[in-house]
Amino acid sequence: MSSNYLEIIRPGINTTFQDKGRGHLYHIGIPFSGAMDNRNYLIANKLVNNNLDSAVIEFAYQGPHLKYSGEKINCAITGDVIFSIKKKDTEIEGNCYESYQIENGDEINIISTNKSVYGYLALGGEFDVKFQWNSCSINTKANIGSNDGKKLDVGQKINLKKINSNKDIKKTNYINTKIENIRVIKGTNFDYFSEEGKKIFYEKEFTVSKLSDRMGMRLEGPKIDNIVNTNIKSEGLIKGVIQVPADGNPIIMLSDHGTIGGYPKIGVVASVDYDRLVQMSPGSKIKFKEINLSDAETLFKLYEMETQNLLSQI
Amino acid sequence: MIKNISNLGDAALYCDFGNEVNKSINSQVIKYFKTIKEKKFEGINNLTPSYNKLIISYDLKKTNFKEVKNYVENINAQDSKDINSKKLEIPVCCHENFSMDIKRLEEILKLSREKILENFLNKEYFCYMTGFIAGMPFLGDLDENMRAQRLETPRVKVPKGSVALTEQFANIYTFESPGGWNILGNTPLDVFDSSKEDKPNLINPGDTVVFKEITLDQYKNYNE
Repeated sequence: MSSNYLEIIRPGINTTFQDKGRGHLYHIGIPFSGAMDNRNYLIANKLVNNNLDSAVIEFAYQGPHLKYSGEKINCAITGDVIFSIKKKDTEIEGNCYESYQIENGDEINIISTNKSVYGYLALGGEFDVKFQWNSCSINTKANIGSNDGKKLDVGQKINLKKINSNKDIKKTNYINTKIENIRVIKGTNFDYFSEEGKKIFYEKEFTVSKLSDRMGMRLEGPKIDNIVNTNIKSEGLIKGVIQVPADGNPIIMLSDHGTIGGYPKIGVVASVDYDRLVQMSPGSKIKFKEINLSDAETLFKLYEMETQNLLSQI
Repeated sequence: MIKNISNLGDAALYCDFGNEVNKSINSQVIKYFKTIKEKKFEGINNLTPSYNKLIISYDLKKTNFKEVKNYVENINAQDSKDINSKKLEIPVCCHENFSMDIKRLEEILKLSREKILENFLNKEYFCYMTGFIAGMPFLGDLDENMRAQRLETPRVKVPKGSVALTEQFANIYTFESPGGWNILGNTPLDVFDSSKEDKPNLINPGDTVVFKEITLDQYKNYNE
């Protein structure tokens, strides 16, 4: 039995283990999953001297309240998150992008994400989690991954099977940038939509709906009119695909999406903007901006270089 | 053969094999799918075969559209080992406890319950693809007089094991999920099992499936 563990006093709204996700399974019907905001996931691990592909705790909106038992360990939180760390005689307000050392009896209380959706808690060590297809990522729809594929719940104990010997405290000055324009590449059914519909898609503002989760983000706004067919023969999907069903309201596929869909695809979010897209909370305004494939590839390369650069400075 | 290759976003290839839904086009899709899967091209993450499309997604950190397109264009799908397809019998219980939409089907198809079952059971169906939810097989083609549209308002919860129909296809709900297909019966088999990592799906694209009727008693005793 492990003597180092976290006990869940309050689980939060949607708290799961996540890592890099699982590939090569779309043909079976299993989505990629993994941390929604990949950059913040990587930074969280780096701040506590973990391997970059280690498991972290992902939370949405309200995070978990956790009590730690065991020997000293480092922890770090990334995203735009309000949290506190309670020690024996003090309670400090925590800063994201900074690691803290916690010890037996300390509590981490993740109150909420701030005008964003996802945050990440990494501990300097290894969670004792089950892997399915080389990933511990929890997919609550298919009940795949660690914790029997279910959200973390109150009273549960999360064991650590290893604690890093490197306990250097790390810090980075990274600030999450927020964007209003999400860059998209024209979808394979772009011509299914009326001229007016295409104009609306690129020129009008949409609002992120409350009906958004790890599977998809629903948008509300002016209706996009389809003039060909509101259904297509079911075919594969990838994350970032923007489908428009008969009601004219776009749905963006996110990391736990169904692998097959039958609604026309008006666009696909450029990979460079995915991490920032998933952080847009209900009520946020989105505008789409068209870019071509080669610009999308170049912009992603730059984004990836920036990520590597950030990591190398930690 | 692939008629056209385009990009789906910046991290996937959209291979179009045509617009019709039939076995011969779908067999081409599956052939390409199996060949590419075996060759393990560096950077390819996922392959999604469907009726007449193959979507190949890749890691943009490792490769790009041009490289993957060039690779796919020069593949000789004929070289792939012959499709390893199985023939499977799926027990299905159509007792009223399970056949939630039999009345609806009787009305839409203008056929009696007996006739619907006779048309559906003991016939060979081809698995075009699996997905939407993990392991769900899309099986076809149903007889012309068996084709019904999906429910106007989908159910929030379709029970695990439900065997359901829409248009020319039948499917099996591998776990409880929302869904709008017409439910005809239920199978006691585990069609998807995530604990079998190497073979989670009972039915795979290219397989042939025959539904065999079982009684409620046989259903209840099936897993004992």
